[in-house]
Amino acid sequence: MEASAAYAVQMHGITKRFGAYTALDHVDLDVRKQTVHAILGENGAGKTTLMNILYGLYQADEGEVFLNGQKVDIANPTTAINHGIGMVHQHFMLVENFTVTENIILGDEICGTAGILDMRRARAKVLELVEQYGFDVDPDAKIEDISVGMQQRVEILKALFRGAEILILDEPTAVLTPQEIDKLIQIMEDLTAAGKTIIVITHKLKEIMRSAHECSIIRRGVYMGTVDVTQSSEDDLAARMVGRNVNLKVQKTPAHPGEVCLSIRGLSVKDERGIEQVRGLDLDVRSGEIVGIAGIDGNGQQELVDAIMCMAKATKGTIAIKGEQIQNTSPRNVIDHRIGTIPSDRHRWGLVLPMMVLENSALEHHGKETFGEGIMLDYDKLYSFTAELIQKFDIRPAGCERERMSGLSGGNQQKTIIARQVAHVPDVLIAFQPTRGLDVGAIEFVHKTLVAERDRGAAILLVSFELDEVMDVSDTIAVIYHGQIVDTFEQGTVDEEQLGLLMAGGGAQ
Amino acid sequence: MSAVIRFMRRPFANAVVAIILGFVVAAVILALAGFDPLATFATLFQGALGKPKYITNVIIKATPILLTGVGVAFAFQTGLFNIGAEGQYILGTVVATIVGVTFNFPAPIQVPLVILSGMLGGALLGAFIGFLKARFGIHEVITSIMCNWIMLYLCNFVVGSDAFHKPNSNTALPINVSGYTMVLPEWKVSDEGIAYLVARPWLRDILLKTDFNLGFVIAIAVAILMGVLLSRTKLGYELRAVGLNKDAARFAGIGVERSVVTCMLISGAICGLAGALNITGISPHTITLLSVQEGYGFNGLSVAFIAGCSTVGCIPASFLFSGLIYGGMTVQQMLGVPSEIISIMIGTIVFFTALPAMAPKIADWLERRRLTTKEA
Amino acid sequence: MEKGEMSRRSFLSAVAWSALALAGCGSMQGDEGAGEAAHRVEMVTNVGGINDQGFCQLSWAGLQRLRDEQGYEVSYIESKQDSDYASNLDKAIDYGAEFVWAIGFAMSDAVAFTAKINPDVNVGFGIVDANTSGAPNLTGVLFAAQEPSFVVGYIAGRCTKTNRVGFVGGISSDNIYAFEYGYVAGVTYAARELGHEITVDRQYAESFTDSAKGKSIAQKMFVAGADIVYHAAGGTGVGVIEAAQETDNFAIGVDLDQSYLAPNNVLTSAIKRVDQALVDLTPKLISGELAGGTDVILTLADGEYMGIPQNHEHMPEEVYQDALAVIEKIRTGEIVVPANEAEYETYLAQG
Repeated sequence: MEASAAYAVQMHGITKRFGAYTALDHVDLDVRKQTVHAILGENGAGKTTLMNILYGLYQADEGEVFLNGQKVDIANPTTAINHGIGMVHQHFMLVENFTVTENIILGDEICGTAGILDMRRARAKVLELVEQYGFDVDPDAKIEDISVGMQQRVEILKALFRGAEILILDEPTAVLTPQEIDKLIQIMEDLTAAGKTIIVITHKLKEIMRSAHECSIIRRGVYMGTVDVTQSSEDDLAARMVGRNVNLKVQKTPAHPGEVCLSIRGLSVKDERGIEQVRGLDLDVRSGEIVGIAGIDGNGQQELVDAIMCMAKATKGTIAIKGEQIQNTSPRNVIDHRIGTIPSDRHRWGLVLPMMVLENSALEHHGKETFGEGIMLDYDKLYSFTAELIQKFDIRPAGCERERMSGLSGGNQQKTIIARQVAHVPDVLIAFQPTRGLDVGAIEFVHKTLVAERDRGAAILLVSFELDEVMDVSDTIAVIYHGQIVDTFEQGTVDEEQLGLLMAGGGAQ
Repeated sequence: MSAVIRFMRRPFANAVVAIILGFVVAAVILALAGFDPLATFATLFQGALGKPKYITNVIIKATPILLTGVGVAFAFQTGLFNIGAEGQYILGTVVATIVGVTFNFPAPIQVPLVILSGMLGGALLGAFIGFLKARFGIHEVITSIMCNWIMLYLCNFVVGSDAFHKPNSNTALPINVSGYTMVLPEWKVSDEGIAYLVARPWLRDILLKTDFNLGFVIAIAVAILMGVLLSRTKLGYELRAVGLNKDAARFAGIGVERSVVTCMLISGAICGLAGALNITGISPHTITLLSVQEGYGFNGLSVAFIAGCSTVGCIPASFLFSGLIYGGMTVQQMLGVPSEIISIMIGTIVFFTALPAMAPKIADWLERRRLTTKEA
Repeated sequence: MEKGEMSRRSFLSAVAWSALALAGCGSMQGDEGAGEAAHRVEMVTNVGGINDQGFCQLSWAGLQRLRDEQGYEVSYIESKQDSDYASNLDKAIDYGAEFVWAIGFAMSDAVAFTAKINPDVNVGFGIVDANTSGAPNLTGVLFAAQEPSFVVGYIAGRCTKTNRVGFVGGISSDNIYAFEYGYVAGVTYAARELGHEITVDRQYAESFTDSAKGKSIAQKMFVAGADIVYHAAGGTGVGVIEAAQETDNFAIGVDLDQSYLAPNNVLTSAIKRVDQALVDLTPKLISGELAGGTDVILTLADGEYMGIPQNHEHMPEEVYQDALAVIEKIRTGEIVVPANEAEYETYLAQG
């Protein structure tokens, strides 16, 4: 396509190599002015790399970039900002104990004479922006005191403050609640109406359908074309992204629950700051069923899982596995009671990233004699164990046993954790945000595995902030609010609206 | 070209690049200071390797820093920064001296007794620092630095105490001869031994003119053993997991607190061993009044970093380090180059090794250049 | 894979080392040829190093004078640790030195051993500040430190206004006792002249390098009423001088004229001119005029090796003249200065 002023951004033939690895192979991108343009691709497909090139964080090895039809050379983020490009990263880059205004002007301070900070003028300018775009943000609030959605708006304001005409949003909905997502989509509409152009990096099909005008798809570093979203469907997008047809609905047969396997009674847990987050919670999970906990982040889910894992102290109540109490023992004891956990933050809790894949697959069970006699760890045994998992769970790249864990994509990292848990045939499987940050292909795999484990007879506790996931996968849905289970439903007996109300405290006594 | 790129991607390439850069910077400094860099380097290597006895001395002087280096590298691989190697080394020397002076068993008992007690001293101090971290969350760097000074004054206290002070000297009493680990310690200093060796200059050079001792065998064994421990045992696996990701390790049922104490105990024991071997292996076989830290622990830190915190890598790194220091003395003696320049050179090497992944970056750059020239 | 890397690594380093070592040998031989004509003298410092503001620095100044005035080739090796002494002394003889000086009594064992195992090498050893072991190729150079200490003790006794003076020693040893008892005897000598008691506070820091400790000891002495403190404590003594400066009292320096450290607060110094001793003794030891295997004990009577600085702005002229008279009396043997406790008792008894 010829460079044209009708397009805010055009990137033609972009190639980027990291050593011998080609991350992007002659990728094209044409973004019309005043539109929301989605970039869709699986984890590791090269979406973020492409945007980092546009923002000047990386240099393309080949290819050209045009802004408004003019060829430009973006050597660093400063150049990008000067060209009116702003980027909001997936992980916010805000100073927690600074105010909103302070964060916005950071690095672009408004100064009076002699370089003295003119906070009054800065605040006025911030306020002007807030009002212009109808952002609900208090310029004097500290970042640590405001919600994640607001923090994201602060990031957007930061870019606007620097005169951004083109906004890049990297996975903007990953951390938001459904209501906040609605709000964000509204903001995106307002911004395009005000003349801005927005590029959204995402793998969430639903949101693309709702917010984007056009969608460019990248698969493994190769450009797969651009589609008009209004002419497309979720299934179509998913197939283009993954390269095969994907089943977005979870396939499962009715559950055949057995005995109660995990039983929680009157559990209370405090968080790190000493505030009670789980308040007398009761919950039963039977073998052969999936119990899904629906709830908004911060209602005690983390503390509940921590308490089961004995990572946090239960101040009151009991947790029993097949009648045997395990609360306040040790993670080792919990693992020995055949409880497997897929942690919410795989990088923090689930994996030792700098270690090899085969070392990570032994984690939790490394002490077993199957991995070496006495004090020795037998790497040959680790290798064959891991090779089997890699094959069985299709962990990619094949033959990655001795690669560093950090070299695998998010989906494959998650697969490694799940494979490891499943390999040890747990009686109870706790899945906390098991699909966080995963693309559709990987999500499908995770859900299939959970169902398969259920069918094998494991008791499965699914804790997720994605309401769709809880509703699709669970046999029983329990709603958590304010550290208590406020109601329980069989799958199919409750709708999204009703659950949303309960999750927001609407059903509380 | 591609051979260079492949080389640069190897794990030890960073150390090689750093060493080369260290010499280049040192050459510039030498030239600026008015010395001929090539002559200086030639003298340096001659002074370190020119005679068998020099090589022996380089080995002898490498032994303690190899061990403290292994101690530091071991701790570092498990996520702890044992800057207290110095203090653990000193305590090793102090305990070894006390035991070696107090008891006088036959050599087969005395030697292991002195060495093990020194190790125990270092181990207990290390474990104490680890305990403070595990139990109260006090950062090991802070407690280690404090302990370094406490140990220095403890050493001075013992030297000055009535029971151990050697009259008319600034040292404590030397340990009993049965605790010496040199080759033929008693015979070689006896009159007939001296007479025998003086008549055979080659043997005299190695046996009499140096404190040729078996410490380096132990040190190399420890370096290899620690490498195996870290990479091939369940304990090493747990310690590394804790070091790389404490949260994941705890989640996986590993006792993080216990690991921290264990790691510091082992690291301290190795540093204490360094001290004990210096007492048994080299003159004056005792502790001296210290005014400043002797630097065995801190040099060990440098060794560990040159080695990229690989315990086995500490073996060549310690020989390099010791060779530079020992050869540096000849540079000073022959050319009058101040020892500070030698220190700057060593410092530069450590500085460049501390820059992570320099060699891979060079490899990337070379590869990019090659690709662009090809396309052009 | 790892094994392969290791062996390659060691191979590479071996190649590099040996290549450079060969280059080194080549150039070293050239150097040796050039230096044939001149006498070569080396010194090995103690752990204090070449810039210790004391003994080592002074010794090196002496060797430099030998180089500048008499065309000697001189060089030094700095010791970093006590375990370096023997190997450094040994290295010192490797490049054609005819005489090697070991500086400081801490090296006495090492130098004795090195001398013993090198009987065939045409080289002499000297140790400053310690006795010989009896080896025929080792000479000890000792200073009768009690004598200048007596003189500064006399000056202190004459100058004190509080009738209380102090002494800070380094490490308790016969060497330092000589300073102490010489000084105390000097103070007593002055007290007898004046006809009243003068108290001498004495304390050992048990260190030659801990200036902070020297400072705190001296401060305590000044607080207790002393107004002049003499030190024989090397680097520790720097703290004594600092304490004098801060409390505006007087310190008495040692070894060299230490008034440069605190011009207004150093009363005088008990000088030991190591540099002069080395300049005078080295040629004699090399030529054989002075045989090895003995101790050379330098006293006030032997010339300008010891004494007090001419600068005496902080004491009355009368006191300075009297001090010079005392020096003369020591030279003639009229005063016999005690060097240890027993001799001091005898000295007191003799009155």
